[in-house]
This record gives sequence, structure tokens and C-alpha cells, in this order.
Amino acid sequence: MEFIGYMGDVFTPINFALLMIGTIGGLILGATPGLSPTMAVALLIPFTFKLDATQGLILLGAAYTSTVAGGAVSAILLKIPGAPANIATTLDGHTLARKGQGAKALQLSFLASLVGGVFGVMLLIFLTPLLAQWALAFGPSHLFWLAILGVTVIGSLDSASVVKGLLSGCIGLWLATIGFDDIMGAQRFIFHDAVAGGINVIPALIGLFAIPQVITMFANGRKYLEAEVLSVERHPIREAIAEVVRRSRALTIGTAVGSFIGLIPGVGGQIAGLVAYDQSRKMSPERQKFGTGHSEGIIAAESANNAMVGPSLVPLLTLSIPGSPTAAVLLGGLLIHGIFPGSDLFDNHPQVAWTFINSMLIGQVMMCIFGLYVAGLAARVAQVPNAVMAAVVLGLAVFGSYSVQHSMGDVYVMAALGTGMYFLERFGFSAAPLVLGLILGPIAEANFVQGAMIANATSNLGTYFLTGPLNLTLIAIVVASIGYSVWMELRHRRYTTKDEAVAKEEALS
Amino acid sequence: MTEFWRTQHILASGIVAAVGVGVTYVSYTAEPAQAFLFPRMISSVFVVLALWTFGKAVIGKTKVGNGLNRTAVINIAPGLIVALIYIFWAAKGLGFYTASTIAFFILLTLYDPSPHNEARTWIKRVVITAGFLAVMYGLFAMLLNVFTPREIFF
Repeated sequence: MEFIGYMGDVFTPINFALLMIGTIGGLILGATPGLSPTMAVALLIPFTFKLDATQGLILLGAAYTSTVAGGAVSAILLKIPGAPANIATTLDGHTLARKGQGAKALQLSFLASLVGGVFGVMLLIFLTPLLAQWALAFGPSHLFWLAILGVTVIGSLDSASVVKGLLSGCIGLWLATIGFDDIMGAQRFIFHDAVAGGINVIPALIGLFAIPQVITMFANGRKYLEAEVLSVERHPIREAIAEVVRRSRALTIGTAVGSFIGLIPGVGGQIAGLVAYDQSRKMSPERQKFGTGHSEGIIAAESANNAMVGPSLVPLLTLSIPGSPTAAVLLGGLLIHGIFPGSDLFDNHPQVAWTFINSMLIGQVMMCIFGLYVAGLAARVAQVPNAVMAAVVLGLAVFGSYSVQHSMGDVYVMAALGTGMYFLERFGFSAAPLVLGLILGPIAEANFVQGAMIANATSNLGTYFLTGPLNLTLIAIVVASIGYSVWMELRHRRYTTKDEAVAKEEALS
Repeated sequence: MTEFWRTQHILASGIVAAVGVGVTYVSYTAEPAQAFLFPRMISSVFVVLALWTFGKAVIGKTKVGNGLNRTAVINIAPGLIVALIYIFWAAKGLGFYTASTIAFFILLTLYDPSPHNEARTWIKRVVITAGFLAVMYGLFAMLLNVFTPREIFF
């Protein structure tokens, strides 16, 4: 119950103001199609430089929480999910809004998000210290395997192709080795002055997540947003609360599925929302109503995608392994403030850790309150044309990258990585494992080198890294995650090939 | 799979494979060897996966990624050229705020679907550009005290 002691810190004027700014800003950014939570948080990092670690994390955490919930606004009123996590919400949310009940859909969505989100943060509160204590037993070889695990799990689970996902992770790990090596001080892969000091994580994150979005907006050309914003009528909030209580089965399924999926590194909100929606439909006696504007569909999807937020930070705060791309960006935010998550975070910086976690709890309540009031405005902002959005994001990316170290080199790195990533994404590579490789690379290398030194003194390298129950467990998880993804990919391919063959046969007959 | 799509995949995976081979070569030949211990390990996996991907692209077995179509390339090209000139030359050469104003206005003009023969739409673009730059100046120069390059102009 240590967290209660730090609850007051959230309510200092500056912290509370940042929480409000992050929440309202996040709701608006989340409702804007094309701005993912990860990109929104990455673009916000430069604004935390002037803040201390706690304040910076409050701003980033609030933005993370509310962008996920804000995505429901455009999903419901525009039929465009603000983020992949809100895909399932469009199915019933928009249909209900089309029937003239947009306000009810929004109220159900924010109330379900509140319940799911609070439960997820409570899991974060109670699981994190336990795991952090357990993580104290980790030595260099275990931390090395954990870093590799972070990259391979995201690489294999988050990508359409396991090989291309792992390859993206390898590219990230290689990029992390650019610059001077820590032990010998030798130059490695310095092919341009801009990377003489290595690749700074923040401009890289901004480039990898923001620039591909900008280019995608260019690719859409000169287009107006064709979606029509549905009007929001008045609807009594107590009726929505009663509806959520009445639909407690969907709420429980959504919250449980979201919390569980959040704990698994690499499986994001999109999966949480869709799985919760599907499970809720299967278990509902009114399953035929799903897809026709049924409240259970909205409640299950939205409680799941917000329940995922808290648990997705558990591996980050305990083992330094970001479980999602957004968690990776938050890790970048922690590192620039000189705070290294993991076993000593709660011992050395309890005020930072607990105030951040508490702010996420209070942030859920604020997200719900503001969400119910600014939803209409957020939907209008979501209609900002592509041209304006692309130019704004580009400008923010340039200024934000420069402000990290006051260096043009960072801006060049941001642009080069971002442009390259856009083209790589068109060919099946993905940014998330590359970012994880870039962030976890130094951790993996430092522990590998340290482990090699210990191995030289005590045993041989193979024995040190490949034996022992914890090493073997971690290796087994690495192999299992890759194996599972390969199996899923082959299965998916077999079904696709079968479907294609059936379609061909039908066409011929 | 169309030949055009296959060629694109061969080109993309070929570039990645070339980088992989280059990285591996440097890792195994550069000195001091101890500094390249970790890069050697990564580059070995990197090159195997990259060559595997390249091989699959060559035999036309690539299953993911839609590549680029002609329309997308035509739409992207002007914006990307403006963005790259802005980042790699104008931002430092002209000063951040001047370059950003010009780039923002050009991008807005290029991609805004509003008609280009009405004075009202041009005024709207000027107002949006001025508003954006005012916000950027307020945020970065006033709030964050970031001293951006101000070479030839502001």
C-alpha cells in the first residue's frame, strides 16, 4: 500500500495541471485519425525536457491513457478508429451513433474505459513491486536474455512476417551499436558526423513513428475527409451508468481480457479490443445484436483497450522491457531524465515511480470526466485536413528532434530513419521491433560484455549464458514466441491459400 | 504476383541485405576486435535473415507488404521533396522559423483540396501558417528556450 503515501504528490498544482493538459491533449490527439498514441507520446517527449522526471512522466502517462480512450470518439462519430485499439469500437459504436444515440455510445465508451483502466492500473500497482523484487535475482546473463526476449517477442508477435519482424529487431540492435563503444572507446559504424555520438533514441523515436505517418498523409493526396461527423444529442449520464452496471458481463470480460493481454509483451490494444469483443459476443445470450449498435460490444471493446494500458507497463517498470511501442517511448522518456527502470526504480526513485503510477490512476477518472465533455470538440478536431496535419506533425518532428541536444545531426537522423522506415513498412517491415532493438541494444550489449567478463573469470561463455534455470527459461520463452508466431503465420497462410483456391474454383465454375 | 511488385520487393530486400553484408563485413574485419564482439553476434543473425528475405523476394515468395503503386508515388513525391529540402538544407540555411514557414505554406498549398483560384482559400492558408508558426515560436522559443538556427533570416 506504499502508493497511497505518494497520492498527495499528484495533486500539487503543477502536477495536477500537467495531468489535465496531458489528458485533454491526449483525448484530442487520440481522436485525430493518423495520430497514434505512440506517435503522440513521442512528439510530447521534447516538452518534458524542462520538467523534472515526475512531471514529465505524468504528462506522458496522461497522454498515453487518454489517447487510447480518445480514439473511441472518432471511431464512434466518424467510423474512423483513432488508433488500432479502437477498431472493435467502430462495429457497434458507430452503428449506435448512426441511430441517433452518439452521446450514449460515447458515455458507455468512456465509462467502460474508466472501469477497465482503473482495474489495469490497480494490477500495475500490485504486480509491479512483487516483480521488481523478483527481478533483483537477475544477473547479467538473465538481463541479456531479457533484452533479447523483448526484441524477439515484439519482432515475432507484432509483425505480419516473423522473419521481417526479427530482421527489423536486428536492424534496431545494429543501429544501437553505432557510435563509440563503452569499454574500448572504439569508433563503430560512424559513416557520417551526424551519428558520431551514436543514435539518440528520442529523435529516432520521433522519426520512426511520426515521419511514416506524414508520408502516408502525403500518399493520400489532396483529399477532404469524407466521413461525416455525427451529431451528439443529450443523454442522461445516470442511464449510461445503469447500462454499464447492467452489462457487467461484457465489462468483466473486457477488463479481464484487456488486463491479461496487456501483460504479454508485444500484444497490443488492437488484439485486446478484438478478442474481448469476440469473447463477449460468444458468451452473450444476445449475440445476434452484436454489430447492430449493441451496448455490450462498445463496453467490452473499450474496457479491454484501456485495461491493457496499466499492465503493459509492468514489464517496463520491473524488468526494463517495454511491452509495447508506446511503453518503449515512455522508456525513452524515463532514460532522458536519468531514470533507469527495473529492480532499483522503486528503491531509488519511489517518489517518481509511485507518483507516476498514481497519476495514471487519477488520469483514468479525469479522462472519463473530460471525455464526456470534450468528445464533441475532439470529433471536430479529428476533421482537420491531411494537409494541415502532415505539415504540423513534420514541423513538430523537426523542432522536437532539434531540441533534444540542439543538434542538426539529430534532425538528419530523425528524417533519414523516418523516411527509410516508411519505405520499409511498405515491404512488410515494422517500426516496433526496430525501436525495441534500438532501446534494448545498449542494455543487451552492456550485460553481454559484463557477462563475458564474469564468464572469463569463472567458467566459459557458453556455460554462463546457456545454463541455469532462469537462462533456460528465458531462452525457452524466446524460442516459444518465435515458434508460436511461425506456426500462426503458416496456419494463416494455409487458410489464405485455401480461400484463394476455393475462390479460383468458384470463379472457374 | 505482378512483376512490378516483385521487382520492388527484390529492390527493398536487396538494399537491406546489402546493409546486412556490409555490417557483417565491418564487424568481422574492424579493430579492435573486442569492441565488435556484440556487433558480430547481431550482424551474423542480421545477414542470415536479410539474405533469407532477399532470396524469398527473388523467387517471388514474399507474402507481406503491399509495396508502392504509381498513384502513391506521384502523391508522395512533391511533399517528400519539399520535406527533405526543408530538413536537410533550408532549416539550417535559412533559419528554422523562415524555413518552417515556407515549407508549411508549400505543403499546405500542395495538399489542400480547397480550390486554388479563390482568394479566400489563400487567405485561409496564410492564416493557418501564421497561426502554426506563432504556436511553434511560443512553445519552443518562449516556453522551452530552444535556440534554433537563425542563419540568413529569422
